[in-house]
Amino acid sequence: MSSVGNANAGIGRAAGQLHRLLTEVWRLQPLYVSLYAILLSFVVGGVLISIIGVNPFTAYWALLRGMVGGGEEIAGSVARSVPFIGSALALAFAFRAGLFNIGAEGQLLAGGITAAYVGALSWMSDLPGIVAIPLILIAGTMGGAIWGGIPGVLRAKTGAHEVISTIMLNSLVLFGVRWMVNSRDPVVLRDTDSTVPRTDPISDTAVLPELVDSQPSLHVGIFALVGICFVVAFVLNRTTFGFEVGTVGLNPHASHYAGINVNRVIVASMAVSGAFAGLAAASEISGTNGFFQPGTFFLMGFDGIAIALLARTNPVAIIAAALLWGSMLSGAPLMQQEADVSIDVVRIIQAMVLLFVAADAIVRYLFRVRELDQSPFKATSIEGAV
Amino acid sequence: MAQAGNSTARPVLEIEGITKTFPGVVANDNVSLTLNQGEIHCLLGENGAGKSTLMNMVFGLYRPDSGIIRVRGKEVHFEDSGEAIAQGIGMVHQHFQLIPVFTVAENIVLGNEITRGAFLDLDTARRQIDALAERYGLAVDPDATVGDLSVGEQQRVELVKALFRDADILILDEPTAVLTPGEVDDFFEVVKSLTQQGKSIIFITHKLREVLAVADRITVLRAGQVVGTTTAEGATQQSLANLMVGRDVVFRVDKAEPDPGESLIRVQGLRAQDDRGVETVSGFDVEVRAGEIFGIAGVEGNGQRELVETICGMRPATGGRIEMLGKDATGWSPRKINELGVAHIPENRSKHGVVAQYSIADNLVLNRYHHRKFARRGVRNGAAINGEAIALVEQFDVRTPGVDVAIDTLSGGNQQKVIVARELTGDLQVLVVAQPTRGLDVGSIEFIHRKIIELRDRGVAVLLVSAELDEILSLSDRIGVLYRGRLAGTVDADDATREELGLLMATGTTGEHS
Repeated sequence: MSSVGNANAGIGRAAGQLHRLLTEVWRLQPLYVSLYAILLSFVVGGVLISIIGVNPFTAYWALLRGMVGGGEEIAGSVARSVPFIGSALALAFAFRAGLFNIGAEGQLLAGGITAAYVGALSWMSDLPGIVAIPLILIAGTMGGAIWGGIPGVLRAKTGAHEVISTIMLNSLVLFGVRWMVNSRDPVVLRDTDSTVPRTDPISDTAVLPELVDSQPSLHVGIFALVGICFVVAFVLNRTTFGFEVGTVGLNPHASHYAGINVNRVIVASMAVSGAFAGLAAASEISGTNGFFQPGTFFLMGFDGIAIALLARTNPVAIIAAALLWGSMLSGAPLMQQEADVSIDVVRIIQAMVLLFVAADAIVRYLFRVRELDQSPFKATSIEGAV
Repeated sequence: MAQAGNSTARPVLEIEGITKTFPGVVANDNVSLTLNQGEIHCLLGENGAGKSTLMNMVFGLYRPDSGIIRVRGKEVHFEDSGEAIAQGIGMVHQHFQLIPVFTVAENIVLGNEITRGAFLDLDTARRQIDALAERYGLAVDPDATVGDLSVGEQQRVELVKALFRDADILILDEPTAVLTPGEVDDFFEVVKSLTQQGKSIIFITHKLREVLAVADRITVLRAGQVVGTTTAEGATQQSLANLMVGRDVVFRVDKAEPDPGESLIRVQGLRAQDDRGVETVSGFDVEVRAGEIFGIAGVEGNGQRELVETICGMRPATGGRIEMLGKDATGWSPRKINELGVAHIPENRSKHGVVAQYSIADNLVLNRYHHRKFARRGVRNGAAINGEAIALVEQFDVRTPGVDVAIDTLSGGNQQKVIVARELTGDLQVLVVAQPTRGLDVGSIEFIHRKIIELRDRGVAVLLVSAELDEILSLSDRIGVLYRGRLAGTVDADDATREELGLLMATGTTGEHS
């Protein structure tokens, strides 16, 4: 274990350097906790790997090469990351309105099934791509928006807490689409020509063009999702709607007093949040899969929660956090192949990242980070939303 | 600066040269104070003068940077409030530390439970509480649920709780802030009887009238320093106010004769419910004309909050009619009413008045962020917002390092000035204002009163709701008393007496008819 001890000392020095870079060069104070949480998780993960008898540096080196070892790896990592942007935005946007939308998992499915349904309509093949592609993306976005909007309406009209209703709506849509895609009698949305349960393939005209033939393939959808992040940043920081969302999130009573229609903001924020998840799903259906399969989006919504919190709900930081998340998942198979460390170790590291971001006191203590910023978990999360 | 006390006075608490700094602020600067056995010692000072900080150190919640605290002659260094309690010190905080869903007895024994085996022994507790209540004249029902009690009763529970822990040095932090005039008198009786039984009391307040009514000795704090210690006999309201503020204070609000014009607010038979669905406004009528201040006096909890919120559109009316500027505004949204020219200074500053995390600039446009001046096609104009903020901060004398700092870094008085600046700017014709100076220092109160009078002289109709009878009396042209959701009577401010209003507030009638 002495190699681990040396490694820790080295990491300590590196942390000092990193600290200086962060504060003085990059001025990233608000993201401190997140960056240290990542560092700490890899250190703990390294200890874990060495306990199972593998040199952590060998494992991490393989992981790193799997993530960014070459052009194809990089493209694959980016492609894997793109949909996470949408599911993370789904949490982040609602979070600004004081709402804890943990329903991205279901909003992805609702958007995905809608996109697949519209994409496979017979008349889609008569349309040119310039019409068909926006149509399938809009369909998915709408599907997500409606599925996100429902808990918003429930919250506004009945006071039902969105955490409960989004969890329930997740189950509802999960089993709903599973039935739609599986059922042979009656046939709902199942492609009866296929041996695996999935929907009919979408029309060729509705397929997003590919940029790089990687695994998974990198397609034009990336521009939509990265672009949306900047749009969201602008909307939240510079527009009157963003001001209303932020005001409702921080103090709904004062919002009501100031003449803001709080219920409308709640419904709109939830719908917009769901729309981001729906767009991510539609972009995957259109650019990667070509049909809908319920398993495709498994855990993508919950990973979005982790990514959004890691980015401290900053829409631009979400791009970076999603890239990290997706490339780790994309690089893990090489680590398993070369170092014989299970892919699940990456999942464990990711879980620790989120744990350390949530329990930020640990990170603040270890790395002497002062409480400059508010923890997105504690400040306004569930308490602020009630 | 007469050092009071007689030869038999025995100090139970001595504070010597206490200094406490927080980052950027010296909260207490070399403060000394002596509390004698059986005396009521008032600690007087404006908000932020360091009164609560000092007492929190005595109660073990903060530790002083330097200085000595002695209890009954013995030097103490409290690590936490438990050690202070063990030394017989009790503190009743401004915000009660009670659990609403527990009974009185459960609250009192909490943290000091009498147990029989693994079970709570509430019977013994009840007997002890009854004994204490009888001995000190503090009537409390051990089995009542605290959430059902009035504020005055809850305060008695807090006192019994301190006595239950054998406190003989009692620190009362702004105890009368939540009480009605009648309750205040009862409270003073209780306090005096406590001292007769040997308890010693430190009474924190910024209300001059009370200081003179109850104190044996008075210590005045200003900006963390003791600026004087005196006896109640040697002091007047004027001398104390000058000491507290550090300059001459004008008590009378100078104002010209009213020149009322047309009726701008007309409320008829208004009914509204509180958050629990209980009707608290039950057929309220009022008419306020341009250029007059109509003051609504009343014991808190008689429907003031619901009345104001309903008039301003924040709460639905369950009956009756609200007319604003000649238009039927019943059921209008807060925004629609606001855009008609109705400004509203809310009762609850932190809940409704400001968004604590927002900058001063954003708070100054909280209800106008969408106006053409501050946004075009939904995009906010940061330069225009900042420009407006800088102008308003200057005009309303808000003490702040800049307009982009978060508003919760300001003192209560400066936060209230931000709200006043926001609400009094623009083309307003009606002002609805609730508790405009609650918890503020003398300087801020003067400033806000002047602003309200200015508006009235410009022809604005002002509806003023306040629990401070002095405020109602000095500002209003006409005064109505709110009693159980109705207007119990209207009197001309020139003819009104405290006694008459007090009777109306307490009984809903002037006594002549009943």
